[in-house]
Amino acid sequence: MKNHGRLLQGNEAMAQGALYAGARFYAGYPITPSSEIAQECSRVMPKLGGVYMQMEDEIASMAAIIGASLTGAKTFTATSGPGFSLMQENLGLAIMGEVPCVVMNVQRSGPSTGLATKPAQADIMQIRWGRHGDQELIALSPSSVAECFSLTVEAFNLAEMLRTPVVIAADEIVAHMRENIVIPEPGEIPVIDRAKPTGDPAAYRPFAPAPHGVPPMSAYGSEYIMHVSSSMHGPDGYSNNSPDNAARQIARKNGKFEHHRADIVKTKAFDADDAEVLFVAFGAVTRAARAAAAKLRANGVKAGVLQLVTVWPFPTEAVAELGSRAKTVVVPEMNYHGQIAGEVKKVLGADADVRRVNGWNGQIITPRDILKAI
Amino acid sequence: MTCATKPCATAPYATGQQYLKDGVLPHMWCPGCGIGVMLRACLRSFEELGYTNQDTVVVTGIGCTGKLDDYLVTHALHTTHGRALACATGIKAAKDDLHVVVFMGDGDSVTIGGNHFVHAARRNMDLTAIVINNFNFGMTGGQFSGTTFNGAITQTSAYGNPERQLDICALAEVAGANFVARSTPWHVDDLTALIGEALSRKGFSLVEVLSPCPTHFGSNNKMKKGTEMLAWLQEKTVPVDVWRTMSPEARTGVFPIGRLVDRNEPDFNARYREVGARATGN
Amino acid sequence: MSRRSEIVLAGSGGQGVLLSGTLLAEAAILEGANVVQTVSYGIATRGGTSMTEVIVDDGEIVFQQVEKPDVVLAMSPEAMKTYEASAGEGALVLYDTTFVEERQGKNLAGFPFTDTAAKMGNVGLANIIALGFLCAASGVLTQDALETAISERFSDKKRDANLAALRAGAAAAASVFAPA
Ligand SMILES: Cc1ncc(C[n+]2csc(CCOP(=O)(O)OP(=O)(O)O)c2C)c(N)n1
Ligand code: SF4
Repeated sequence: MKNHGRLLQGNEAMAQGALYAGARFYAGYPITPSSEIAQECSRVMPKLGGVYMQMEDEIASMAAIIGASLTGAKTFTATSGPGFSLMQENLGLAIMGEVPCVVMNVQRSGPSTGLATKPAQADIMQIRWGRHGDQELIALSPSSVAECFSLTVEAFNLAEMLRTPVVIAADEIVAHMRENIVIPEPGEIPVIDRAKPTGDPAAYRPFAPAPHGVPPMSAYGSEYIMHVSSSMHGPDGYSNNSPDNAARQIARKNGKFEHHRADIVKTKAFDADDAEVLFVAFGAVTRAARAAAAKLRANGVKAGVLQLVTVWPFPTEAVAELGSRAKTVVVPEMNYHGQIAGEVKKVLGADADVRRVNGWNGQIITPRDILKAI
Repeated sequence: MTCATKPCATAPYATGQQYLKDGVLPHMWCPGCGIGVMLRACLRSFEELGYTNQDTVVVTGIGCTGKLDDYLVTHALHTTHGRALACATGIKAAKDDLHVVVFMGDGDSVTIGGNHFVHAARRNMDLTAIVINNFNFGMTGGQFSGTTFNGAITQTSAYGNPERQLDICALAEVAGANFVARSTPWHVDDLTALIGEALSRKGFSLVEVLSPCPTHFGSNNKMKKGTEMLAWLQEKTVPVDVWRTMSPEARTGVFPIGRLVDRNEPDFNARYREVGARATGN
Repeated sequence: MSRRSEIVLAGSGGQGVLLSGTLLAEAAILEGANVVQTVSYGIATRGGTSMTEVIVDDGEIVFQQVEKPDVVLAMSPEAMKTYEASAGEGALVLYDTTFVEERQGKNLAGFPFTDTAAKMGNVGLANIIALGFLCAASGVLTQDALETAISERFSDKKRDANLAALRAGAAAAASVFAPA
């Protein structure tokens, strides 16, 4: 009989994915619907010689994973919208200091305390633009328990490769659902570690220009001394306010995402090649979109789905290619304003037929809801 | 306790020079500011304790105090305002063999960052926190902070501060810090000794440095010169053993200085190792 | 031929329907099927209604939610109210007569799961009796797979008690559904 693995919850799968990627440091502050990640880490980390820290709030959680990452550890935290808002300033520190780490945001229905146990996809813009200043980060959005695992491994790989925080933009549906999953054996999926400095320690510059924009990263305790700063800094990490330096640092810190775009931006297409009706979906809603597309196909309508596995940076190329071929593009998402629909419109232009299907009442968007809307 | 008569007594043995970055002096602090004196005391203790640039991480907040990492060649993390202790907690929990020393202003440590201060002390994280308390926000131009006295004039309390001041050392004590001390740049030899002691202790150690900010706090409160502020600090402080004999009324507005708390509770990492042993059945 | 079953288990908080759903899903995996279990959380973890859905399919499960249930277990009057109509749409609706008034109709079958559990000395086993009943009545899973799932999750006395409850449920279904 085929090995269909074991039943695992999305939150547990994210925790397992982190362990698979080699993460041994978790700091967080519990919040529904992400708490199972914390619980799993609190049980597993002490057994593996790792650290589970329950911090006083999400500001501190983000701070702690930054500090720990600078010692060379792979680190992560998990939260939901209210906690993610508190993490924003220090996420900016991680971006400025180019500190790899992973933040799982299990989105719930808001604003504020909102419907704490109900799903939403309304943090998409706060994930991308919630911090001040010129900055970029990566966000991946899983649609299944298997993707909760695999995208977490991917998130750590990208974090290490690019020296950047990576956000898992999960939702309450994938986080709380259970599916059968086969956890890969060690070595089955590649695990990437940050590049370490070599050569003369005295010559090490943690923020120097580098091929593809990512300088090697030392660790506290190493002979390669590392000065990391939230203030604008030169290649050596020390304060440097010159406009030329600021321009170069900001350009490199943002440009590295451009260099690695092919590694970062991932989509999945389902029957999308000849689609006249194209659904652009992400997270759990992808599944409703696929079911809706299948029903349309059964009725002779050429429908397909483009799943945005990477949400940020936005998969402009795939949306442009498949979207411009389709007659109608439909974007179902669990938010009021159509946060992703707006991006799709930006790519396809004002004349394109882009339709929104929005749900903001804490209920799951069903295939029926989608079909009704078009 | 004896007090040094000169604020800048130089010891012949340790200078701390090896931790200073070449070519960055003169520093940015105003004449008469206490931060430089504190830093010098600290670097001398680093040297006496045999700290290396490699095994030391200096963590700073944001403010005039928070600027000091720019003068050092140890590992460093210049954090966000108020979050230095939370970052340092992550560093120490992840790598126990580092010396993690955290420098903050009174704004950083107990105003915006008060929650982290309480919990770092409660966990008894093996960190040394050095707080420059200059009774106001220096960097942003002299607004009142959580340690500004009631009635004091600042850039945001022109008619006198309506709020009351927080006692940083008392807060650390009730929160569970292992070691708590207070001093001033006027008492530079004591200050150096207390910093050295704080650095060498396991668990959470705090040294509060009451410090002149002649530029802002001083000029707003009739002490434009650093020397005037030093004299004022000398007046405002009494050795803790004397303070303990004073009546509650006499204690009002007076700071006890010296070693205030000295305990030897296990630090967070020691307790976490016990958890690890229970989890693995060892 | 590909099999697909959509199952809804509903009751009040504390009745253990979520665990029944998990055991069902684990048993389905043992049989080589794909499964999805979703849980509808109330606003708090205590009290209130409690509902879980399990989909079992040999192929990929695209949409994760039950759209048209094949089997429903209602452990409380509120749950029965919500799902009774499914019987008219072809679902087999099973309910706990300890709490839900008995009724006649196509595709409806009641049994006192909780009373039976109380007689066995532990009301906490009502969900497992119901699970045994459901599987025997609907045939969505084999009893073997369920017994393995229970044995993997529990040990010693707990395992024995749960296995006994499961078998009691299956036996009850056999008598209820026996040709008259
Ligand atoms: C979140 C945030 N709020 C406000 C500021 C502005 N700010 C920078 S330093 C500072 C106060 C500094 O006071 P203190 O910590 O006492 O240090 P000092 O300058 O007196 O040494 C403030 C309010 C900031 N950097 N970040
Ligand atoms: S403003 Fe005050 S605290 Fe800042 S450097 Fe000047 S004297 Fe020191």
